[in-house]
Amino acid sequence: MTIATPERTKISVKNLDFYYGKFHALKNINLEIPENKVTAFIGPSGCGKSTLLRVFNRMFELYPEQRAQGEVVLDGENLLTSKKDVALLRAKVGMVFQKPTPFPMSIFDNIAFGVKLFESLNTTDMEERVEWALRKAALWGEVKDKLNQGGSSLSGGQQQRLCIARGIAIKPEVLLLDEPCSALDPISTGKVEELITELKNDYTVVIVTHNMQQAARCSDYTAYMYLGDLMEFGSTDQMFFKPTRKETEDYITGRFG
Amino acid sequence: MPEKHLSTQFDSELSAVSSRVLELGGLVESQIIRAILALSHFSVELANEVTATETRVNAMEVDIDRELSSIIARRQPTARDLRLLIAISKTTANLERVGDEAEKIARMVLSIINSGAPRSLPSLELRVAADLASGLLRKALDAFARLDTTAALSILKEDDQIDREFDGFVRKLITYMMEDPRMISPSLDLLFLAKAIERIGDHAKNIAEFIIYVVKGADVRHTPMEQIESVVK
Repeated sequence: MTIATPERTKISVKNLDFYYGKFHALKNINLEIPENKVTAFIGPSGCGKSTLLRVFNRMFELYPEQRAQGEVVLDGENLLTSKKDVALLRAKVGMVFQKPTPFPMSIFDNIAFGVKLFESLNTTDMEERVEWALRKAALWGEVKDKLNQGGSSLSGGQQQRLCIARGIAIKPEVLLLDEPCSALDPISTGKVEELITELKNDYTVVIVTHNMQQAARCSDYTAYMYLGDLMEFGSTDQMFFKPTRKETEDYITGRFG
Repeated sequence: MPEKHLSTQFDSELSAVSSRVLELGGLVESQIIRAILALSHFSVELANEVTATETRVNAMEVDIDRELSSIIARRQPTARDLRLLIAISKTTANLERVGDEAEKIARMVLSIINSGAPRSLPSLELRVAADLASGLLRKALDAFARLDTTAALSILKEDDQIDREFDGFVRKLITYMMEDPRMISPSLDLLFLAKAIERIGDHAKNIAEFIIYVVKGADVRHTPMEQIESVVK
């Protein structure tokens, strides 16, 4: 059964199974990620939410013993069987990780590096693009006078926003966020959440979070996963007010034993 | 399926605030019973007791609200916990209003006694409605304690009976006033008193609606009965 949402679908997952060697990590997942919305995946550790996120940009292919079966359709094309260059896919489906991962280069080059792989911009255009991305990521004001300093000179929260700026600089269509705030203090978290809401005007955002309040605050749809199954998927309002399944309610109210 | 939270502290906070509501409910119920006794015995003493206890009812409402704010601030409740806390807040407000109605009844009893014409009025006929109302409130509190939606549904249906009693009583009161204009002033007191009893039934009905809200997640206020029935089933 595919749980449909009233919005336009950006990513459609059909009968997806995923294996880490012999371990069956995702079991027949069916789900439609709506376009220009924020979709949150929640669930206890090991439930498969990060695994599912990593299927969306074929990150798992870095590891030979990991395999996915089924369909993940992005704009009409099944990602899992596509012959397209994976780098092109990742330009379309960007990702930000749990820990900030600035490249060992200047703030400016951290942003410009990815752009250069896909586009050849002249200096002015590149400067514009870097500024645009930093402004989008709500970081421009804090770094505009030190663009030549190293990315790792920034605070944790700034580094994470730098990574988000880097992710959006190549103008992806989908942005995957894997626990983007778990290493951040509440103020930086607040800024990133503000940014997520801002970003959905242009992107489809999928966020994995352990912080249920965060899912409640910044997502439009929430999926609850448990032991590799998609237990429930619905509007965030519904999920946090009156979920359909008792398992979901027990988890979000902290009754999970 | 686990019924308890991972945080036992959260469980004890929720159960503490729930029992405070039931405690308030018990106090308010005894206020009504006392006020009705004051009416049927025309007892100044009982009426005064009701007015004196009213401050305790008010203080308990304030206490419960403070506990609720604290739980919401620290726990960020969701789903059924959130619904329960919202329902407790509304139930507390309704119970406090029932307390006000009891006090109003006591005040009217004193006023009727002072008018010197108590025995000639049909005040005893209010007993039926009064007993219905206090019985309904007791049922609502029991149903709240057990989160029993079937009981809540039957409370919603019973409230109509009190409304009918009230309408009948008003018609009767009018005939008294037409027969003897000296009865108009004490009759008006009795009318306000009857209205207070009718309001108690309404508050019991509101509490019953919150029970359905907690359990089913559906807001059944201002909803036709058939629809409420289908939510509960």
